[in-house]
Parts: sequence; C-alpha cells; structure tokens
Amino acid sequence: MSGAGELLDLSLTGLSAALAAGRVSAREATEAALARIEATDGRVGAFLAVTAERARERAAAADARAARGARLGPLDGVPLAVKDLFLTRGVATTAASRILAGFVPPYDAAVVERLEAAGAVLLGKLNLDEFAMGSSNENSAVKPCHNPWDLARTPGGSSGGSAAALAARQAFGTLGTDTGGSIREPAAFCGVVGLKPTYGRVSRYGVVAFASSLDQPGPLGRTVGDAAALLQVIAGRDARDLTSSTRPVDDYGAALEEGARGLTVGVPRAWLAEGVEAGVARRVKEALALYERLGAKLVDVELPHTKYGIAAYYLIAPAEASSNLARYDGVRFGLREGGAGGLKGMYGATRAAGFGAEPKRRIMLGTYALSAGYYDAYYLRAQKVRTLLRRDFERAFERCDVIAGPVTPAVAFRLGEKVADPLAMYLEDVFTVTCNLAALPGLSVPCGLHPEQQLPVGLQLIGRPFDEATLLRAARALEREQGPLPRPAGLEA
Amino acid sequence: MPVADFEVVMGLEVHAQLLTRTKIFCGCSTAFGGEPNAHTCPVCLGLPGVLPALNQRVVEFAVRAGLALGCEVKRKSVWARKNYFYPDLPKGYQISQYELPICEGGGVPITVDGKERVVQLVRIHMEEDAGKNVHGVAADGSSGVDLNRAGVPLCEIVSAPDLFSIDEATEYLKSLRAILMYLGVNDGNLEEGSFRCDANVSVRRRGAAALGQRCEIKNLNSFRFLRQAVEYEVRRQVEVLEGGGRVVQETRLFDPARGETRAMRSKEDAHDYRYFPEPDLPPLVLDDAFVEEVRRTLPELPRARAARYQRDLGLSAYDAQLLTAERAVAEFFDAALAAYGAGAEGAKKLANWVNGDVARLANESGLAPAAWKLTPEKLAALVKLVDAGTVGGPGAKQALEAVFREGGDPAEVVKARGLAQVSDEGAVEAAADAVLARSAAEVERYRGGNTKLMGFFVGQVMKEMKGKGNPAVVNAVLKRKLGP
Ligand SMILES: [Zn+2]
Repeated sequence: MSGAGELLDLSLTGLSAALAAGRVSAREATEAALARIEATDGRVGAFLAVTAERARERAAAADARAARGARLGPLDGVPLAVKDLFLTRGVATTAASRILAGFVPPYDAAVVERLEAAGAVLLGKLNLDEFAMGSSNENSAVKPCHNPWDLARTPGGSSGGSAAALAARQAFGTLGTDTGGSIREPAAFCGVVGLKPTYGRVSRYGVVAFASSLDQPGPLGRTVGDAAALLQVIAGRDARDLTSSTRPVDDYGAALEEGARGLTVGVPRAWLAEGVEAGVARRVKEALALYERLGAKLVDVELPHTKYGIAAYYLIAPAEASSNLARYDGVRFGLREGGAGGLKGMYGATRAAGFGAEPKRRIMLGTYALSAGYYDAYYLRAQKVRTLLRRDFERAFERCDVIAGPVTPAVAFRLGEKVADPLAMYLEDVFTVTCNLAALPGLSVPCGLHPEQQLPVGLQLIGRPFDEATLLRAARALEREQGPLPRPAGLEA
Repeated sequence: MPVADFEVVMGLEVHAQLLTRTKIFCGCSTAFGGEPNAHTCPVCLGLPGVLPALNQRVVEFAVRAGLALGCEVKRKSVWARKNYFYPDLPKGYQISQYELPICEGGGVPITVDGKERVVQLVRIHMEEDAGKNVHGVAADGSSGVDLNRAGVPLCEIVSAPDLFSIDEATEYLKSLRAILMYLGVNDGNLEEGSFRCDANVSVRRRGAAALGQRCEIKNLNSFRFLRQAVEYEVRRQVEVLEGGGRVVQETRLFDPARGETRAMRSKEDAHDYRYFPEPDLPPLVLDDAFVEEVRRTLPELPRARAARYQRDLGLSAYDAQLLTAERAVAEFFDAALAAYGAGAEGAKKLANWVNGDVARLANESGLAPAAWKLTPEKLAALVKLVDAGTVGGPGAKQALEAVFREGGDPAEVVKARGLAQVSDEGAVEAAADAVLARSAAEVERYRGGNTKLMGFFVGQVMKEMKGKGNPAVVNAVLKRKLGP
C-alpha cells in the first residue's frame, strides 16, 4: 500500500481484500483512520468520542488473528464507527444530549457486540441530533456536524456523523439508526450509501430508543457492497429484542452483481412532481432512465396516502418518544439537577437543563397526543394511516420489485437555514417516513451531483419486507454504471 | 346510626405476584429481600437501550389462574405502557395490559352464612411490579430506591362491583388466595406484599339500583386492615351523603395506625396514565394447544377437594373446609391418611389432629407445612400409638408438640419422655391404695351411695401417676377395690 491517502480511499470491501491478502495490516488501517480523524474532525465534527486505545488493541488482535490465518471474516480488522446512540460498554454514550452526562453503559448494544465479534475495530462514537431527533445534526447538544462536500452545509440528520465520517474518509463503514429517514437523508446529503433495513431485521437492543415502533439500526458505506457486508453481520434475530424477526438472513452478496435486467421499478410519479427541486428531480429521472437502459422495466405506481405520512409520523414518533424519554429523570444515571428541591424540583430541573429544544418539543407533542380525550383523535388515527400506507405499498409491490424516487426534496441545505422553522425541517422527511411507518426497507444510493450546486443527490429505493437483497442489487446496478462520485471538495480546499 | 339504611358495594383489585423464579422481562431473581438493588440488571434498572424479553412462565401462570377461575383466556392480548413519573418506576412507565387483557370474565366462589355463590370477575391482566423508595437510611437525609422488586411479575385480578358486605369481601379474598396457592402461582403472603388488595368502595341506599360514587382504597395488606378500612370508609361515605354532600371519586390510603382512610391525591393531581400499546412487545398470541396443555395440568381446587372429603371420607363440611383451605395442609392430611390406612374412622381422627393441635402449633410457630418437623408419617404413627393404648390423650399431645418442634420418632419420643401410658395393674393398684388410704372420708361417702365420687378417685390416681395411668385400667382397679 503506497500511502495513507490511498489506503483511506479504499472501500470497506477493498480494505477487507487487502487485509486478507496481507497487503495491509489492521494496525496501518487503524492508524491511518485515527490520523485522518485527528487531521480533519476539527472541521467536520463527526466524532463525539474517539476510542483510540480500544481501537489499537483490537487492531493488534486482528493482526494476530490474520498472522495465524484465522481471520474472522470480511470485517476482521476493519476500522468502523457507530452513531453515539449505540451503547458501548465502558465508553460514554451521550445520544448527543446533556441529560446523559456522565453515563457510561455497563453493556454493549447487540449490533456493537456483533461487529466486535466479527473482528471490527471501533474507532469511536459519531455525532447525531439529540436523541436522533432532527434532520440536520444541528440538534446535537455537543456540536454541529459539517458536510465534507461543503462545510457550511449540513450533513443531514440524525445520523449526520455517520454519513460525514464516511465522506471525510475517517472510517470504512458506519452504523446509524433510521426512525424517519435518519440514515437515508444524511447518506444522500453526503454522497454515501445508507440502508434502513426492514423493521425487525436488526436488533434494537442497546440502542437508545427514540420511537420504538419505527427505530431501526442500519449500515452506511461508501459503496453498496460495503453496506451489504455490514448488514450481513448485524442482521438477524436477537432474543433480547422480541420485535426482531426470526426469519433467516439472506446472503446479501449473492445477488449483488446480478444487475437491473429483469427488475420492475415502480415510480410514484407524484413524488417527482411539485415540491422537489428541479436539479434533484433531474438526477432522479436520469437514474430511472438508466435503469431502463440497463434492462429494468419502469411502471407507474400510486401511493396515495404518502401525503398523510408526515402528519402520522409526527404524532406516533413523539408519542413513543415522550414515553421513552421518561426514564431520564435524574434518579439513576446521567444528569441530576435541583436535587435539593424535592422530587418534583429534581425532575423539573433535570429535564429542563438536560433536554434541548427539539426533545422538549417532541415530548410535549407526544404527551398531548396520548392524553385522555385526544388519544383516539391523534395516536389512533395516526396508526390507521400506517395501515393505509402499508396497503398502498402492498398494492404497489404487486406490480414492481422496488420503488424508486428521491430521498429528499433538495440537496444539503446550509447550517442554520431551517433551525428557526421546525415545520420546514420536518418536511425534509416527506419521502422517507413512509418506509418507517410501513416497516419497509429503504436505501439511499448516490445518483450523481446536483447540476448546479455540485452536491450529491440520493436516489431512494424501497423494497418489499425483508427484501434488502433486491434493494442492494438494484443500487449496485446503478452504482456500477455511474462509477464513484469524486472526492468531497469541502475538506481538500 | 343511619349506616343500616345503606348497602355497601365493593369491587376488589388483587395484585398477586406470580411465583416465577425470574422477573417478567429479564433474568433477575424474584427472591424476597436481599441487599437493595442486588437483584437488578440493565433491563429492570430501565437503562437506556434495554428491551423487555417476556418470561413465558408468567404467561403460563396467568393462564393457569384464568382457567381455574373460569375466565375466557384470550388467544390474543396486548401489552400496554402505563406512563407516570415516580422514582421507583425506572422506565417512567409500567408495562401492563390495558385494552386487551389476557383473561376476561370468570368468577370466584364464596360461601357466606352457608350460602354459596360466585363473585363475578371482570378481567385478569399481567404487569410488572415497581420497586420501592427507601427513606431515612442515608446520613444526609436523602432517599434511596430499591429496585429488587422492579419487574417482579404480577397478575391483577379485578372483580366486578359484586361484593355486598365486608364478610363477602373477606371470603372472596380467602377463596381467591386459596385457589391461587393451590395453583402454585402465588404464595399468598400478605405481609411480604405478594398478595395485595385495593378496594373500590361505594354505598347506596338499600333498594337503590344505581351504584354510588366509589373511592379506591389502597394499602390493605391484611384481612384485618380490609375490615377496618371498609368499615371506616362506609361510615365516612354515609356521613357525607347524610350531610347532603356528594362522595368524590378519589384514591384513599388506609392508615393502619389511625384506622382511617384519607385522600391520597387531589383531583388536580389526578393521573392521566397515557396508556398506549407497548411497541417493544408484539401482541401476545396463544395457541389452543398451549391453553389445553395448561388446562390438563390444573390441580384439584379447594372446593372440589372439600366436597370429595365430605363424600368419600365422611368428614363434616367444617373439617373439610379447614383442611382444604391450604393446599399444603390438605396434602399433609392426604399423606397422613395414606400412611395411617385410609378409612372414615382414620380420616376423622387425623382431621381432629390436623385441624386441632397441628393447626395451633403451625399458627404459633408461623411455619408452613414444608418446614414442619412433623411429617405425615409421624402423625399417622402417633395416632396408631394412641389406638394401641401405648400413649394416652395428654401424653400424645405432649409427644406431638415435641415432634413438631424438635422432630424424632413418635414412639421414641413417647418412651424417652416417659409419656407412655401405664396399664400395669400392679402399678395402678399401688397408686389406688395410696389414694384410698388418705381419703377415708370420701371412701365412706362413696360406699354410702355417692358414686359420683368415682371421678374424684380417678383424678387422684391419675395425679398420683403423673397422668400416665391408662384410664380404663384405673377405672377397673378402683371399681374392684371400692367394691359394691
Ligand atoms: Zn433484571
């Protein structure tokens, strides 16, 4: 391997092959990544914690295994990082909130266990919107994260750090979580691949809960193959999460290179009409045309209830969040304020000081939606929208294998642009929340740069339940045809 | 007192701990006591990121209770979150069941004043217990939280407002407790809180059809407290109504020290629990095969057993009911009878012992049958010693007490303690001679026709023999000596 820069340009699968062939060591890859983080993260802000010591130890162990000819698999020795919503034993986990100050978990999230059991080297914990609530990473109580394509812009959220770290070549793969688009939107903004698996495909055990019926951990990678390799390791039943599926996990690599021929791609035309910025619409349409050239068939599909998605999402997610966030009360862990003010004083002071504006807003929304007298009108109705959306998709998937459309209405916006307008921020999620509400897998794959702004545009692919394999295959067909995006310009300038 | 013009209407909510070894959503022990927070893990501490993993035994036990109480066991039920803030509730919500509980309907049989009827149930649902706040232990005056109980499985059994006197309420609780204990799903321990009761109490004028406004009374952890609390509450509500006021629906706490109930939460503070379906747990779906398997393994219940004792063993209703109130006692009786050799005569004798001296000793010692040193076989052996005349009634009582407290073989205890009955005529004659010699006046009167004095002579001889004389031999010897 000639230089650190070249090494860091490798995809996860590329690095894995180099590790397997002995062309590079886990130590070299880890040192290169740590050096890159050191050199660039002051400007990017992707990391909330760097676990250099733990990473070096694990890299050494991986090299020892490689020397014995006992590599554990494709992730052995590969430096990765995870959103700071995943619990890590002995390493502070903050959810980017002040209220978790000082909280050091006594256990690892299921997916962290799986990654480490596969030999992965964890570099650290990645920035996010507080409790995963946001679409720009600006709700982080620690610091904002910046988009490596243009440091004045958002990397998206809530898994902003997970996408930015990849675009900045700080890690070879990352994990995020997606409740309403929190993997796909940042992946689109940062020009990487992000996959929200089917609800129940990946264990939520050890993931700080935001909205339990919508949350799903998933991989981000610089290539489709990288996302597939990560999903392969983290997917599968976990007895500690009764909502995780017992369904066997597919071999995601098997069909990856089969191309688009024979696929039927459903296009919800309404998603490309009003509300989508012209440059984004153009790139998405070009991607659709490319699929057709590659031998896929395009059909129009109707998803008439999409328009109710945001309303339903912003009732269900806050309702569940208001309950999930009740445990941050100053009693057992994290921040405690106003301990002298009696019980109610402590509750009030702790939660007032500990939560930022967005969690507070959602706790209030959710508490209201669940209150006696309002439950039927709000929460129950929103659940009915979920059923209708699911039926929309079932009908659509009678006619197609994947559904394709934009991830977001526009490319990455400027930091600060929407902070004062929560509703505009919520509308960022208009194309992504439906996947979560219908429990379907969704993927964001780059489909070129915006013609004027030269910022990445993402194509969203939505699949049948548990059919991540077809999503990955379709995304790979596009990726193979388009070739890689150029390096992000923001950091090199 | 105008109370007589009114009728009380009650519904009871019983929280019964289900006797699993581990908690409902994690693998921690459910053992009572222990150092504070010794039986905890990330799940029952409610740490971020944890999820509940359902203990299937809890479901089995709830189904067992439901089937035994004649409920409809729902093939699909749904977990719900009950949201409220309290330091002993680690997640800020309790996982319970709300709209779709596991059991609906059913009833509990009671007998009051010789009349049997079935008290209607509304539902049974499963839920997790909370921990407890601990005050006054820290030097700085701060309070602590002990979460050992957090996540202990409970079932809540809710009766209809179908209880019309305190006696009925007491009988209901006793019957329900006995059934749950028979099923092996609850240990019936009121003091340790594994069988707790809240009462919904209302009053109405006799003859009125509509129910009055009810108050919920909490903290009734003994039958005595239930009685005191309800009596107080009925008086209070009647006074309010007689004074032209209205009873306000509220939660009241029973204060055992003062024998009063008092309002616990004001109306402004009323809880809105914001129930919603628990997204971390899929709906609970039971298949018929599972329910049938639980039904197949149900034990014989107290009432069926008591009826069998009356029918097959000729025991009185009173004896049969006492023997069957606790499953372990009934099993002790069955085993003793088997060791003795079945039959109505043996059953009556054993029932007298079990309901008499054994029950007294059990009460005094507070020991459950499993902890008794007296085994069924030893009791049977002791009764056989009485039958054989080896030991008399007073000696047998002493022997029983010794075996109960210290163990040992009854025959050996009788021997070692010198409790054996003396049937040897020579010994009895010696004692009789001594008594007659010093009772010349009484002998004179007896021979003069006052035969009632025989009792006096027998008593004196028994006293002389330290109670060990065989009464039959003593009588025979005295009659011969006093002569006609
Ligand atoms: Zn536990």
